[in-house]
Amino acid sequence: MASVDHSIEKHVKAYEPSFETMVPTPFVKFMRTCILWQIIRFIIINIKMLLVVKKSH
Amino acid sequence: MARLVVMGGGVSGHTAATFAKKWLGNDHEVVVVTPNSNWNWIPSNIWVGVGQMKKEDVVFPLAPVYAKAGIDYRQAKAVSIHPEGKEGSDKPFITIEYTGQGKEGQTEELEYDYLINATGPKLNFDATPGLGDGNGQLGPHTVSVCTADHAVHASSELKKVFEKAKTEKQKIVVGTGHGMCTCQGAAFEYIFNIEHEARKAGVRDNLDIQWISNESFLGDFGIGGLHIKRGGYAASSKLFAESLFVERGVNWTIGAHVKKVEEGRLEYIQLDGTEGEMEFDFAMLIPPFAGVGLKAYGKDGSDITDTIFAPNGFLKVDADYTPKPYEEWKASDWPRTYQNPTYKNIFACGIAFAPPHLISKPMSAPDGTPINPTPPRTGMPSGIIGKTVAKSIVDLIKHGEGAKLHEASMAEMGAACVASAGKGFKDGTAAALTVYPVVPDFEKYPGIGRDLDYTFGEIGLAGHWIKHILHYMFIYKAQLKPGWTLIPE
Ligand SMILES: Cc1cc2nc3c(=O)[nH]c(=O)nc-3n(C[C@H](O)[C@H](O)[C@H](O)COP(=O)(O)OP(=O)(O)OC[C@H]3O[C@@H](n4cnc5c(N)ncnc54)[C@H](O)[C@@H]3O)c2cc1C
Repeated sequence: MASVDHSIEKHVKAYEPSFETMVPTPFVKFMRTCILWQIIRFIIINIKMLLVVKKSH
Repeated sequence: MARLVVMGGGVSGHTAATFAKKWLGNDHEVVVVTPNSNWNWIPSNIWVGVGQMKKEDVVFPLAPVYAKAGIDYRQAKAVSIHPEGKEGSDKPFITIEYTGQGKEGQTEELEYDYLINATGPKLNFDATPGLGDGNGQLGPHTVSVCTADHAVHASSELKKVFEKAKTEKQKIVVGTGHGMCTCQGAAFEYIFNIEHEARKAGVRDNLDIQWISNESFLGDFGIGGLHIKRGGYAASSKLFAESLFVERGVNWTIGAHVKKVEEGRLEYIQLDGTEGEMEFDFAMLIPPFAGVGLKAYGKDGSDITDTIFAPNGFLKVDADYTPKPYEEWKASDWPRTYQNPTYKNIFACGIAFAPPHLISKPMSAPDGTPINPTPPRTGMPSGIIGKTVAKSIVDLIKHGEGAKLHEASMAEMGAACVASAGKGFKDGTAAALTVYPVVPDFEKYPGIGRDLDYTFGEIGLAGHWIKHILHYMFIYKAQLKPGWTLIPE
């Protein structure tokens, strides 16, 4: 798998602000909408949020 | 029998009123004065603004809910506070002007024992020439998503732009319409929801989407940014925000105060003094917020507005308002009980309380124009503060004036926030964020001001699912359906 997401290459230009930040790899982008992984993240994020809610009340 | 009057039936006022009534029962009276007939789950206005939800999905009528709860509901706007009563009576009261219930335009005096100001923000469109219509309303050149009706209008205008984009290039600008705005998060959600919908509609290539905001760096969000643990580093929100903008092909202009808006064009000045202009076919610019302009009068009728309210119209509470430079700001400057220091039976919650100062560092252009985000008071803190104030007042009513007040400082409270970046059960994404504490405490957490174990963020489909579930959950809670008290603020 390529390490650079070519679909976003057109948005990155050398020596412009877009060049000075990080960009997600195709793997990272894939995982963002990978249903199985996101079900796991759903549980984890909920737990993390509940901890903050508990600490704040 | 004591009477609690709550001015404002939005996120924080509704929370305060409903909990107070639940705890006080029928022994005491709770009155809500609010000009709106519907309650609006404001965060979902973003989805109304891109045509993914209807107005009816994000609002419900307040009257039946208050009738069920035993709350006296006045569809009216509060006009003035008279904390010392008037000649011949020491009983404090407010004046109200009806906006519904068949009494439109009628005025009335409403006595109170305790008063909560939860009137939220005045959407101050007129602060920027051309952003407003000169009468305090949204002007003709831009759209807004701050109310459900604004969002319906925004959606229909966006549809026209998408239609045109099928054959020609269109330019979209989204962001803040003034150097002193807050609520960057809402603009952030809207710009990425537009981008997402444009891709779905097959018109993305013909859209130039541009961000403009008063943040000195992307990802400031009015809370001075935040850090998140990632890959062994504590990484700044700047990196994550910029990354998303680049990924989605959205250009940004930051540190900008919009000076003027005209048809299809705006002018701005930046922190380094650069002046520029942008053309647009569609623009959504968040207005700056101010207090709603309540007045206050002494017993003799003298104007004591300045005693109760800060110059920006927000109610003074137990904050430390001593002016001091950024370097000397402390977490302890922030209020804990939200009680007015002069009139102890008046409290504020949500956006209506006057913060002691900004959270982001104050900055200005060389000509002195202030360009810095003002402090956000998002849903969770607004709800928690509303509930805390209700608890204090209930204790004061039940146990007398010596009762200890409850506390909820934004410098000791976290916030969970889910920022939508596109709606869709399988292809939606949202940035799920928690930040602890909301106001950075550089004494307790040197360097980054926050507890890294409780401050995190990630973008993905799971965030979108959570945002969608929260939409139903909070509307369910606000309708006081069975088990509503179990749902946290
Ligand atoms: C588009 C948008 C998206 C947002 N998204 C999020 C999000 O995703 N997450 C989040 O946490 N926060 C979000 N927020 C912020 C959130 O909406 C606010 O934090 C919250 O509404 C503040 O609650 P409040 O009660 O102070 O004010 P409001 O909810 O605005 O309520 C104020 C109430 O006072 C009433 N009122 C006004 N004038 C008077 C008067 N003179 N007399 C009596 N009543 C009066 C108003 O009609 C209103 O009902 C968003 C805001 C916007 C604009």
